[in-house]
Amino acid sequence: MNLDLTQRVLEVNNLKTYFYLNIGTVKAVDGVDFSIDRGKTLGIIGESGCGKSVTAHTIMRLIQSPPGKIVGGSIKLYYERDGNIDFVDIAKLDPKGKEIRSIRGKEIGMVFQEPMTSFSPMYTIGDQIIEAILIHENISKKEARERSIYLLERVGIPKPERTIDTYPFQLSGGMRQRAMIAMALSCHPRLLIADEPTTAVDVTIQAQILDLLQEFQEEMGLAIIFITHNLAVIAEIADNIAVMYLGKIVEYGAKEEIFNNPLHPYTSALFRSIPKLEGKLERLIPISGNVPSSYEVPEGCPFHPRCENIISGICNVNSPELIDIGNGHKVRCMLYQKVEV
Amino acid sequence: MEDMNINNQDNSLIIVNNLRKYFPIERGFFRRTSGYVKAVDDVSFRIGQQETLGLVGESGSGKTTLGRTVLRLYEPTSGEILFRDGDRFVSVTKLQDEELRRFRRNMQIIFQDPFSSLNERMTVLENVGDVLLINGLASKHEVIERVIEVIEQVGLRRDDIRRYPYSFSGGQRQRICVARALILRPKFIVADEPASALDVSIQAQILNLLKDIQEQFGLAYLFISHDISVVRYMADRIAVMYAGKIVEIAPKDEILLSPKHPYTEALLSAVPRTAIERRRSRAILRGDPPDPANLPKGCIFSLRCKYAQEICKEEQPPLKLIDTEHYVSCHLAENLELNGVKIAS
Repeated sequence: MNLDLTQRVLEVNNLKTYFYLNIGTVKAVDGVDFSIDRGKTLGIIGESGCGKSVTAHTIMRLIQSPPGKIVGGSIKLYYERDGNIDFVDIAKLDPKGKEIRSIRGKEIGMVFQEPMTSFSPMYTIGDQIIEAILIHENISKKEARERSIYLLERVGIPKPERTIDTYPFQLSGGMRQRAMIAMALSCHPRLLIADEPTTAVDVTIQAQILDLLQEFQEEMGLAIIFITHNLAVIAEIADNIAVMYLGKIVEYGAKEEIFNNPLHPYTSALFRSIPKLEGKLERLIPISGNVPSSYEVPEGCPFHPRCENIISGICNVNSPELIDIGNGHKVRCMLYQKVEV
Repeated sequence: MEDMNINNQDNSLIIVNNLRKYFPIERGFFRRTSGYVKAVDDVSFRIGQQETLGLVGESGSGKTTLGRTVLRLYEPTSGEILFRDGDRFVSVTKLQDEELRRFRRNMQIIFQDPFSSLNERMTVLENVGDVLLINGLASKHEVIERVIEVIEQVGLRRDDIRRYPYSFSGGQRQRICVARALILRPKFIVADEPASALDVSIQAQILNLLKDIQEQFGLAYLFISHDISVVRYMADRIAVMYAGKIVEIAPKDEILLSPKHPYTEALLSAVPRTAIERRRSRAILRGDPPDPANLPKGCIFSLRCKYAQEICKEEQPPLKLIDTEHYVSCHLAENLELNGVKIAS
């Protein structure tokens, strides 16, 4: 393990978020581990229902309880005080308490998928950004407004001194997403969680937003958790990648490792199933079946009913562990486990 | 565009000439028309038999409106749509009520969202088979047989016809929509983002299904998508749409390797790539597309175009033929060296 903690921003260990519903328990996040350092981007990729958004919301403590509950694990947010490295465990905080509120928006910023629903329609863009700044910082309203205008300008919104007084509906989708980023970065967070930030916008706008995030990252040393279902977007922005399937990380590693040498059958099947813009045009090989319902996660390895490398009698019985096979490349699959038969 | 019809008429299934669809903007108490949204503005193209024309563009560019206007689900403002019927062409734009209804058997549509395009209160049998009854094409008994046949062709089981849509996943629901489009044995299908609402691992299933039935039934597609990689996989030729107009149309490798319109270049450059390489410098497109109710005077792309010159702000460029089957609407097309993508193996 990396013992240099001076660069560490966040460390998630064995995190479990379950939802207790009438029809059963959904283990939305079921033992997730990862860490993220200053200036780095962790891409979390997976299909709908894999738990990637719940992971993000758990870190922000935005999971409604009941029915949701953190049943185990820790979320360590590192900081430096008087030359010593210390951490707070976000998982232990009161979700409505003072401490998490001083972290949410200040230490960790968040950008959501649909900026229309994450801004209040009743207040101007400026009101909302200024409010966010004033909650966390002891400055005058005038200063907060100036900073908001500066931020809007930085994210590439034309005529920011006028746009600041517009309502969200008056802006286009791309502009709203920029304003969202401006708000998320308004208090200089150390970690930005971006949950499908480009899924609702066009490719040209997506390219602008990806560039913008990378620009801020270089400038502020921002750590980013970037959640998406789009493999190509991940290829552009991530340093490390976590592939999630039904609440678990099934593969983790540096981007180059994941793309050039995917180990988990799910990861490699995903690569074979998406159309590409470059290279030879070959027939796509779809993954058979569907993502199972979260109430009925299959026994053993959750991917085994769709896996083409299934070893019956093993994969449908044993739950594989996430094991490191070198270079920090980890995989959760029976093919790589040492089993005693 | 005149020559386009005559030269290529031999294998064309559908020919669209100068199609326009304007939506009036109504204002005030008397709902006076104060302007028009030019959703589709002077669009011409053709689609050959068993050919797939891919249509790409950003949201609001008019892709969906074009697809629906071609089927006359929206009444065109002006223009002509010709559809092959044996060895002659029928003018779809001139067909009246009953004639149009009968002719629609030849052309079907698959929508993006399989969750809102099936009737939840009807079984699969009714969802898929009712068109046969409505058109008086089969008896009740025959309908069941035909539905079973088509439902198996799209990869579902015969027992599934008694089930209701809610019990199917997104991918399976889209298969039902494909079955419904197929049951009238059409020659032409507008597929409007048919895989975009589905999970990544399911998308390929639907794309492959559409390819397989195309081969099996000799279908032609107008395949609409915002995702150029998907269009590359599906299409023979690609049309690029911007603010209601087709700005470039060419065989797919031409478009990808050597785009001739600056917008096509920018669009290709914006697409994220799965190939791992050092961060490339992207030709970032600034700003947003123009408001279709208030388009610029000259070239519609001139406001965002980095190559724009005086003429671009004054005059609208026509869609010109510059190479075999390669049409582009740009004043500077012959003088620009634009970057495409590497598609070589």
